[in-house]
Order: sequence, then C-alpha cells, then structure tokens
Amino acid sequence: MSSSAIDNSTSPERQDGWNRPPIIQPDGEGELLEVAMGPHHPSTHGVFRMDVALDGERVIRLKPVFGYLHRNHEKIAEGASYLAAMPYTDRLDYFCSLSNNWAYALSVEKLTGQEVPERAEYLRVILAELTRIQNHASAIGFLMQEMGASGTPLMYAFREREKILDLFEALTGSRMMCNYMRFGGCRVDASAAWLDTARKVVAGLPSFVDEIDRLLSSNEILMARCQGVGILRADLAVNAGISGPMLRATGVNYDIRKVDHYGIYDRFKFRIPLGEVGDIYDRYMVRMLEMRESITILEQALKEIPGGPIMDPKAKSRGFRPKPGEAYGRIEAPKGELGFYLISDGSGNPYRYRVRPPSLINLTVLEDMCLGVNVADVVLIFGSVDIVLGEVDR
Amino acid sequence: MKTVEETKAAIEAAVPGARVEIVSNPSVSAQHSLLIAPGDALAVAKFLHDDAELALDFLSNATGVDWPDKEIAEKVKVTRTVVKTVEGVEQSVEETVEETRKRIEPGYLEAVYHLYSVAKKQGPVVIRLRTVNRSDQVELPSLTAVWRSAEFQEREIFDLYGIVFTGHPDLRRLLMWDGFKDHPMRRDYVEPDDFEYEPTAHDEVLARAVAHRNRDQRSEVRVQEDGATL
Amino acid sequence: MVEEALKIELGKQGVFVTTIEELYNWGRRNSVWPMQFGLACCAIEMIATTMARYDLARFGAEVFRPSPRQADMMIISGTVTKKMAPQVVRLYNQMAEPKYVIAMGACAISGGPFKQGYNVLKGIDRYIPVDVHIPGCPPRPEALIEAFMMLQKKISGQHLTGADRPRHLDAAQQGEFPVPVQGAHDLEPTSNKGVWTVPVVIQ
Repeated sequence: MSSSAIDNSTSPERQDGWNRPPIIQPDGEGELLEVAMGPHHPSTHGVFRMDVALDGERVIRLKPVFGYLHRNHEKIAEGASYLAAMPYTDRLDYFCSLSNNWAYALSVEKLTGQEVPERAEYLRVILAELTRIQNHASAIGFLMQEMGASGTPLMYAFREREKILDLFEALTGSRMMCNYMRFGGCRVDASAAWLDTARKVVAGLPSFVDEIDRLLSSNEILMARCQGVGILRADLAVNAGISGPMLRATGVNYDIRKVDHYGIYDRFKFRIPLGEVGDIYDRYMVRMLEMRESITILEQALKEIPGGPIMDPKAKSRGFRPKPGEAYGRIEAPKGELGFYLISDGSGNPYRYRVRPPSLINLTVLEDMCLGVNVADVVLIFGSVDIVLGEVDR
Repeated sequence: MKTVEETKAAIEAAVPGARVEIVSNPSVSAQHSLLIAPGDALAVAKFLHDDAELALDFLSNATGVDWPDKEIAEKVKVTRTVVKTVEGVEQSVEETVEETRKRIEPGYLEAVYHLYSVAKKQGPVVIRLRTVNRSDQVELPSLTAVWRSAEFQEREIFDLYGIVFTGHPDLRRLLMWDGFKDHPMRRDYVEPDDFEYEPTAHDEVLARAVAHRNRDQRSEVRVQEDGATL
Repeated sequence: MVEEALKIELGKQGVFVTTIEELYNWGRRNSVWPMQFGLACCAIEMIATTMARYDLARFGAEVFRPSPRQADMMIISGTVTKKMAPQVVRLYNQMAEPKYVIAMGACAISGGPFKQGYNVLKGIDRYIPVDVHIPGCPPRPEALIEAFMMLQKKISGQHLTGADRPRHLDAAQQGEFPVPVQGAHDLEPTSNKGVWTVPVVIQ
C-alpha cells in the first residue's frame, strides 16, 4: 500500500473549497493505526476496501479503493452489439437487474426514438417497483446485519424477496439475471395468471412492511446507533452528485420519476418521502416509506394494466443499427440515478457505452461522513449508502 | 429551459472571450452539446453553476471518449504541366489528373459532462472538453472544485483514458491497480494474451489456443525446495 | 469387515460399528464451515441459499466464518478480477488444512460472460485447486446445495492412507500456493503450472 493511498496532505488544492472533506486532527500523541478494511470483510457488501487511519477508535483519514470487481463491462459492450449488452446490464446492480435493463432500453429508445406500447410500459413499471421493494428490504436487512442483528431482519427480507423472485422467474425465466426489457418493449408477455399471482403477492406486502416497521423502527439499539450518525448536508449532497434515497434523506425533493416524467409514472399517484437530518436513520426511514409508496404504485398499475402488444411493431430484432448520434438516458433506480450514455456511429456496436453508476458517485461523500466518527460507525454509514460493487466497479 | 443556442449566448455574455461551439447531435434525443476550450472551462463551469437562471448545480455524469487518428483518403484534381508529343511536335501541355491523397486527421481525447439542475428541475446541458492530441498533450482542467461529483469520475477517466486533469485534488487510478501501465478503454489498447476463447475453437481462436497449448507444454516445470511446483 | 445386516442389527441394540476412516470422514463432511467470501452476483444466491427457504445450515454449513483461519471451505462466488486474485490466493493459503474450494458460477470456473475482460481472471483454478465446479450464471440455490452434497460425497470417499490420500495427510504435497504479483500489464505469472494446464484443444 503506497503512502499516497491515505495521504490527506495539506496542499492548497486539498484544503480549499467548501465541498472538500474536513481535516480532522488526532487527539493524542503517538502513531495512527492504519487499517485496511477489506477487500475481504464481512460487512463491505462485496469486495471493497477502505484504507483508514485511526487515532484509537476515531477515524482520521479514510480513502476508498475500488476496482476489485472491475469486469470491463464498457469495453465488452463496445465490442458487442447493442442487444448483446443487455444481459451484461443485469450484472451491474445484481439485486435490481430489471431496473438496469429498463435504464439501458430507455437510453437506446432515446437514441432511436422508438415508441413503447402501453402494456409494455405498465409491465416495466410493475417490475421496476417490485425490484425497488425487494432491494430496499434487502438493504435494510443488510444494514441490520452490520449492526449486529445477526441475520434475523435479513431473513425476513429474503423471505419476501423469494416471493418476488418467484414472480420474476415465472415471467422472465430467471430469478436474478432477468434480461427482460428490449428496445421498444418487453421480451415476453405476462399471462393473466401471472398478473393474478402478482396481485396476491402485492396484497401480502403491506403486512410485511408493517411487520418490519414494528420490529425495527422504534428499536432502541437502532435509534441509538443511527440517529445523528453519518449526517450529510443537502448542499454537499447535490454538489457531490448524490441521488436516490440518500439524497432524499437530506431533504432534497428530487426523484427522477417525477422530474423526468419517464415511462408512465405520471399516471400514478404516489408521494416522495423526504428526510430531515440526513443521518442513517433518515435513510432507513426513507427506504421504508418508499417501499410503501411502491406498493401504492403497484396496486394502481396492476389494476389499470391494459391489453395489447408488448413490443414496438416497427422494432427490428436483427441488424439493429441506430443512426449516428448520442443520447443520455436515466431512471430512478433503487440505488439512485442510473444513466446510460451511448454514442452511436451507425454500426451495430456502440461506439461509446457508458454506465453512470449511482453507487460509485454516492460513495464520493463517504469520506466526509466518516471522518471523526468511531470505526464501528464507519461500517454502518457505509451500509446506509446501500451500494452494490457490480455497479461501482462495472 | 434554455435552448443550446441561448445557453451559448449566456455563456459568451457572462464569460467574455470564452470560446464555445455547438456540437449538434443528429439523433432523435436532440441533446446538443457545447464544446468549450479547455482554457475557459473552469470559468464557464463556475458560471453555469452560479447562474440564477441555469442553476446547474448537479453534475450527473462525466465520461471520456477516445477519438483516434483518422486516415482520410481524398481524391484531388491536380493540374500539372507535362511534356507530350502532339502530332510529332513536343509541347508543354497542361494535364488534369485525379490523385488520391492520404492525410491523417489527428485524434483527441474528449471529456463529456452532463449537467442537471436540482433547484430548477431542468436539464441536461452537455459540455465537452477536448485535448490537443492523444499522445503527449492530454491535459484538461479539473472541474472538481465546481462539482464534487467529478472527483471519482475524473479519476476514472484518467485511469481508463489517460487524460490528466490539472487541479484535481487526488489524481490516481481508480479501478486498475497502481502499477498498471496502460489506459484500457482507448481504442488502440491491446489486451494481454492470457486466455484462449473456448474449448471448441475454430479459425483464429483455434490458432491462439494451439499457440497457448504449445507454449505451455514447452515450458519447464520448476520445483521449489519444499516440493511445491511452480 | 462387518456385514451390513449385522451392522443394522447391532445398531438396534445400541452398538455402533464403523471404521476410523468412516467416522473421521463423517465428522468432517457434516460440519464443513464455509468462509464468508462473496465476490459478486453469485454471492447473493449463496446468501439466499443460507436463508429460510433453502437453508444450507441443515447440511452442516451452520456458520459462515469471516476469518479464513476458522473456515474449512471457500466458495468462490463471483468473478475473480486480476486486482483481487492475489488476495484470493493469500486467503486460500491462510486457511488451515483440510480445506476445500467450490468454484460457484461461470465466472469462477473460467471467467464466464466477462471472459474477454482485461481485468478478469479466466477462472480461479489457474492458481488454486478447485474441488467442485458449479456451472450457472448464477446457479440456483439448489445447484449450490447439490454441489455441497457432492463435496460431502468427495470427503467421505477420501482415504486415510495410501497414495490417493488427501493433501492434509500427505507431507510431500503440502505447501503454500504462490501468490501472483500485479505487473505492468497483467498478473505475473499468468497461471500456476502445477495446478492448471491449458485445456485440451480439439482440432
């Protein structure tokens, strides 16, 4: 590990600027203990490393190290056709493969101007909101695990997740890597039986969210460890490009479903939960309340879904060559703003294929939130950011 | 929400002498971008961030693009004076011939930034910065002082493309290890020859697999002191 | 050797007849503790296998130990990148014998869908010996359970003496596996010749 890895040097470029991390001075004398948390660590959500310098228990310096799961997704996509990149998007944020598919399909549809039929739009919304619910439940479960709850809330979350994964498997053929959206619609139509099962599952979800809420939200340990810890200011959050529940927990009302009006989200009535303080507890509550709002959207969508085709009739399945140009499309993925930037040169492969990873950019402020706190809180703060390494490193 | 022409006019009014061009986007998305000279980039970025009407306080995406050198073959009509024999008499005649001339249009590396406004809920505004060439003049100013979210994204562009961002607080590789020497996302990157594509191979993939197999069998097996083989 | 029928009869009387080898392997195979080591997407299926629906714990994998010193088995679940490969080999070296490796998913077997990547290691069996390979992307939890049972069968088939005894009982075979170094363009060496050779090429 080179010494520049965690060098919080006092050069002028480092210190100036309201949006730079604070400089923490150690309390006592003696050396700082330099610890590498990761890449093999029970609580780092995957292969991620944080080089921390500790003064006793307090964190003086923290530098994240990425790249342990860098799988060259962008380079592979440049050599593959547009459609061949779709299964790779599943593996970006591997909890939420359907949202990733939608973001990519949306970007290509922005590039080419394809229209998506109504039934396909409803199916996209249904699957995206189911994905959001199981992602937030798992995120809360993993946060509890890191707090020491030894897997019980995670078991509850995964119990519901399995029901949702059964739905995914029945429709798309796979539990996790669904590869379901296509440019101009969806791959397979949902039968009436599937929609009925989905309605039954959604009918059982409110009681699950109530159960988790009752179990956790007023838990003494949770409140003591999470309230007032890891506070993020709203202006720094916006400047650092934070998006998703982490941004809304600081009080900023910015949800891409309401801002960009993509898909048919305008037809559904749902609210955006906002936090006040921006600490871990706010992020936890925002995710909890977003689960409830997703259930509302699901109930409306499952009631109103019309019949019809699920694929743009003019869409070509072979020889897909968009005209030269570029497009940037983004959606509100469960982790934040997931965007795809595509440059087309008229051939069948993208010239430039870029994934805008919400998890990586949400980690920009990890340093700011963790400096000066105890090392035990670092694990919690990191867990509340809710990242997936597949997306951070691509 | 301003159009790209209005944005250009606003920039030129606020930052006098700024060199801004519009790069038109032929696709349906109509997301036209503004090409800004690197020398003016920081001033323009500050204006875009601080302006009351634009209020572009959110840098959503910063990415690099590699445009390699292009060899352009042009057909040029060349008029030359030639000595020819016409009806038995040597004369100087002007001849027009079509020649194919090849020239190399130098390539560059590009950094593209997508900006949104959280306060006004509008966007995107796309700005582009280009380096002089791909080999030795690859510096661009860092916009991290204006938007913090550029910090990791510019590090990634440095890692994968090789653009050096001057003024970046901590410019190191982000995804590859520190000792890595190449910039992998460039179009002329040669991947290490460390694998054979598939067991049931054919054509060039098969040739590569055979080469690997021969190389492997020819290599000697070295034995360490404690018996483990290398 | 005692006949099967006699064994059962004695068992009904409360007398249990076995060989040391069977007893030893029975104890080992029914308490294989995996190391908590998830790399990528397959890790989520691995976690799902330990959850209420599929429950790997009833097969003996009761606790996932975070420390390699206390673990018996490493499930390589996910893509091994070249940046991570030295760490994986180091962790394998730190595990105490007897130790087993399950390569879960296409990425751990051969690089999987990311095989063309410049940062992707084309299969962890280039550096460490693998006992069970599970194909799939990701393999279902049932496939992981099947692999676990296969490993258990492999353990019960291991003999205490003889030429084919496992590594931890054979002084000549023990040793640390060399950790690759991250070079300027690639890992050095690109593979461990003692563990892996280029697969047979069908021409």
